[in-house]
Amino acid sequence: MADIVNTLFNGLSLGSIYLLVALGLSITFGLMGVINMAHGEFIMIGAYMTYVMQQIFVSIFGKSGSLYYIVAIPFAFLVTFLLGCILEKTLITRLYGRKVDSLLATWGISLILQQAARSIFGSQGVNVTAPDFLKNGIKLGPCTFAYNRIFIIIMVIICLAAVWLLMNKTPFGAQMRATMQNRSMAQCMGINSKRVDCITFALGSGLAGVAGCSIALLGSVDSTVGQNYIVYSFMTVVLGGVGNLLGTVIGAMIIGFSSIIVEAYQSASIARAIVLLIIIVFLQFKPKGLFVIRSRSLDEE
Amino acid sequence: MLTIKNMSACYGESSVIRNLNLEVPDGKIVCLIGRNGVGKSTTLKSIMGLVKTPEGVIELAGKDMMKLPAYDRARLGIGYVPQGRDIFPQMTVQENLELGRKAKGGGEVPEYIYELFPILPTFSKRKGGDLSGGQQQQLAIARALVTKPKILILDEPTEGIQPSIIQDIGRAIRRVNRELGITVLIVEQYLDFVLDISDDIYIMEKGSIVMQGETKSLSRDEVQKMMTE
Repeated sequence: MADIVNTLFNGLSLGSIYLLVALGLSITFGLMGVINMAHGEFIMIGAYMTYVMQQIFVSIFGKSGSLYYIVAIPFAFLVTFLLGCILEKTLITRLYGRKVDSLLATWGISLILQQAARSIFGSQGVNVTAPDFLKNGIKLGPCTFAYNRIFIIIMVIICLAAVWLLMNKTPFGAQMRATMQNRSMAQCMGINSKRVDCITFALGSGLAGVAGCSIALLGSVDSTVGQNYIVYSFMTVVLGGVGNLLGTVIGAMIIGFSSIIVEAYQSASIARAIVLLIIIVFLQFKPKGLFVIRSRSLDEE
Repeated sequence: MLTIKNMSACYGESSVIRNLNLEVPDGKIVCLIGRNGVGKSTTLKSIMGLVKTPEGVIELAGKDMMKLPAYDRARLGIGYVPQGRDIFPQMTVQENLELGRKAKGGGEVPEYIYELFPILPTFSKRKGGDLSGGQQQQLAIARALVTKPKILILDEPTEGIQPSIIQDIGRAIRRVNRELGITVLIVEQYLDFVLDISDDIYIMEKGSIVMQGETKSLSRDEVQKMMTE
């Protein structure tokens, strides 16, 4: 019994991590159709920003305490949001409708960002001290639920709710959806589609930064930390059906649970292989993912 | 209100319109007619800034718009109802309407719009893509009116629509023209509708205007001949 509960909790936890890292991508890739290979590096930047905030607190107060982490989350969001904005304005905006070009170009950006991280922070990984309130966990009988895992689950729920509210309940969200559904008609309604594109892309990047904050709790942070997640993020978005939040949630959970369940009976590498197999088989039957929604295709331009 | 001088338009390398001159006077309803493929829709798209216009002048109320992107032209006061309606399919009727309001910087959807198109409130929660063609056309006109335009531009508003709804649409266009003073430019193939609604008519052929005049001064047979020959 305890084993089953533990496995389920770990599955939920891994699923939430994948969901958190894929959420930003579901906006930039899912909604906008930009294949952004540098998404993983925005996660890395988010993780490093958590470390930077910790160092700032250490140098001012002598110790990092717990508060630094609370400050680090909006800070990481803001930094990656602005970087996303700059990347969109300088590069992505020239590459709409050119999928292969944008793949190569953003891959280049990804390499540049990794090298920049190595130059600034060194090739050794750095460690983020978990804030006190995230140490230990709740013990229920033989099961332990680690606080940092619970925190990530809560975090992903908050992010999901925020994205959903923004998209469905705000004027900007309506403009965003209109632009993605029919770009030239949105322009004819007086919507500045360039601005919408920029903010939408920056938002996806900012969410990657928030994901980076959570990733920083799970292990040491180095320049390749984003690479571990980028493939899973793309798989999550594709599995769920491009351009659909609910699809991304379910996609992340399928990948998370199946990895953990297979891992419980086999090794971690077998689990990876089996998850890939599940996705390949699944996409054979549903090539457009779980949920299919007509969204703006950037090929039209 | 709207003046086009010596305008050319092209898709990529191929030029579609050459040296077009068109004048839509303040408060009038002007129809642009002609056979298929002569560049009527392209003219409207040029006004909106959706196709390339390498030469010429397009002025709205004396302001040159040639260099402006489509969204700034819309904000200057052009309400555009494209061919095929282009309703946002995944958004509700209400959301479709409110988009225009937001683009103009706040305010409610004016009450008179529901009065003009009484079907809209009953469908407000439905997805735009689920409406019938006639309902979508009415929504598209309403949506353009929410932006409080100085000029309303319609591309074949009667295309594929049943006669009773065509009458409703004609009545609505006349009312906003007369009561709100909104200038109207319509591209249309349906001659009876054109003769009934317009003050002035422009006839287009192969990318330029070949005949123009006040509707009451033109003879029906002559116009008919230009359209069919």
